[in-house]
Amino acid sequence: MLTYTFRRLLTAIPTLILISLIIFLLLDLAPGDPTASLPLTIPPEVREQIRQSLGMGEPVHIRYLLWLKQMIWSEPLFYLSESIGWIDAPDEARLISWQTRAPVLDTVFERLPQTLMVVGLAYVVGVLIALPIGIISAYKQYSVFDQAGTFVSMIGFSIPPFFSGVLMIILFTVMMPKDSFWWFPSIYDTTLVIDSWEAFGKQVRQMVLPVMVLALQTTAQISRFMRASMLDNLNQDYVRTARAKGMTESVVVLKHVLRNSMIPVVTVIALGIPAIFGGAIITEQIFKVNGIGQLLIVSIQGSDVPMVQTLTFIFAVLIVFFNLIADILYGILDPRIRYD
Amino acid sequence: MTDQSIDTRDSDVARNQWWDVWDQFKTHKGAVMGAGFFIFIVLAVYVGPYIWSIDPTYIDVRARNQGPTWAHPFGTDQLGRDMLARMMAGGQTSISVGLTAMALALFLGTLVGVLAGYFKRIDGLLMRLTDLFLALPLLPLLLVMVMLFRQPLSSSFGPETGIFILIVTAIGITSWMPTARIVRGDVLALKEREFVLAARSIGTRPGRMILRHVLPNVMSPIMVSATLGIATAIITESALSFLGLGFPPDFPTWGRLLFDATDFMQQHPERVMWPGLAISLTVLSVNYMGDGLRDALDPRIRGL
Repeated sequence: MLTYTFRRLLTAIPTLILISLIIFLLLDLAPGDPTASLPLTIPPEVREQIRQSLGMGEPVHIRYLLWLKQMIWSEPLFYLSESIGWIDAPDEARLISWQTRAPVLDTVFERLPQTLMVVGLAYVVGVLIALPIGIISAYKQYSVFDQAGTFVSMIGFSIPPFFSGVLMIILFTVMMPKDSFWWFPSIYDTTLVIDSWEAFGKQVRQMVLPVMVLALQTTAQISRFMRASMLDNLNQDYVRTARAKGMTESVVVLKHVLRNSMIPVVTVIALGIPAIFGGAIITEQIFKVNGIGQLLIVSIQGSDVPMVQTLTFIFAVLIVFFNLIADILYGILDPRIRYD
Repeated sequence: MTDQSIDTRDSDVARNQWWDVWDQFKTHKGAVMGAGFFIFIVLAVYVGPYIWSIDPTYIDVRARNQGPTWAHPFGTDQLGRDMLARMMAGGQTSISVGLTAMALALFLGTLVGVLAGYFKRIDGLLMRLTDLFLALPLLPLLLVMVMLFRQPLSSSFGPETGIFILIVTAIGITSWMPTARIVRGDVLALKEREFVLAARSIGTRPGRMILRHVLPNVMSPIMVSATLGIATAIITESALSFLGLGFPPDFPTWGRLLFDATDFMQQHPERVMWPGLAISLTVLSVNYMGDGLRDALDPRIRGL
């Protein structure tokens, strides 16, 4: 297992480098000019100097290698030296955003908590709702509950987040009376400081709608997987044996069957994490959460190439990382799977 | 075809296998309803404009922000344009994008899948390419692609055709991977079958082998992923339009109409519902159709 993990880690590196090359080359075609937003009174030769200072004069492969070095070497080293203190900060220039003139990764780290809070919580809620639904609809296959579950997950698949989000806003913000308990704000207020129970309540209320939208998608997918996986196991011989030995139904279902059915579901849960970050781009836009998804849209609209490159690369790293986690988890959880 | 029931099927040699598929498909109520609704939507958006002949771009400022009336069954928008006409025009674009992008993704996926499955030498390379594409962050890349190539393509093909080509290509080349994997798996299994060996032993060339023997036998997974592909393509196009990176504002699609309507959500919530419902119901019906098609094309289920 350890050798397999090691080997997978090694193959992940060239994949990431190749992906970063694709992202870099694609963005290199961008028509955006870092000096476009500066005042028109700047003389052309000064403008050219600014371009040179941002590293625009070098050929493509040099710029790619420099960017790669910054991404995987000097930027992590910078944060390391900041947090530990006894390593000297690298004396290279930081990766600077064209729009804000601030280090790209600082902005990303500013935005990340909002995304993680909304998206992460939504994923947890979605999974927690999905698992019991999947278990019950498999155990009572073709019952009313199962039919309803199938229908609801079909709806969850079919209603895209940009419609379910807008629908939630209409239901819970526009049509609901403002003094009702069921009224929820449609705009996520990031400046809210949680220093009292009242502020905490406010924070919970403003997270309800985006979390619901994202959780609906997660629930639809995971509950289907859970149901299919439970059905696979419920008809196995060991289940009959367990029942024949006189075990109670709850032990059979919740211990024997559930544990075995969780194996593929856990990997699906791991694989879904990067996808939910992608879906969060739209949800953040609807509820005005200023997370990394919203940052990406703003940077794309302002052709802020370094920011877009970094964010896309972070999404790619997330995908590759969670693919790796899913593969390793599968090997650990299922003793029948041997990679070596 | 209904009176040729299952009992007489064994003796009925001339019967085409597609009738069997149709018989099985009919037993799936959701699938039949889905197919019916999808046909209805396609007819409504392509034939509808000939019946409901109001110009979707005609601005009638005096009739703006109207609710549903007999003159405007879906109401009018903030410039007094008829929503029903705009929904039809938007649906035309959305469904055309869905169908074309699906066709492109299917073509690429089938090509890669068949080549990888049939020719062992390039299998490894093509599958690594598929894995690489699966690891790409697709929505950010789609957004980036739209941002980059919008200008050059609109200037060379005109704003509408240019964006259409761009969005269809972008969706097509980012959604062929699942099809490629499924097709490759099926081709690998088919290659070991006797009829392929027989065909090879009489000297069939690879090209003819693929077209005559392999492709017809992988049609069912391709058709199922086609239905799912339409759904994904429609959702992706609407998502792009919703983020303001799709078609230009004066060129309606369902996603764009939904995006425009969100500004007036407070006053006219019903205007959000039409495009949203159209997208969701179309996708839902296509998904049910795919479900039924999967059952109908599976000979193990069909025989029952």
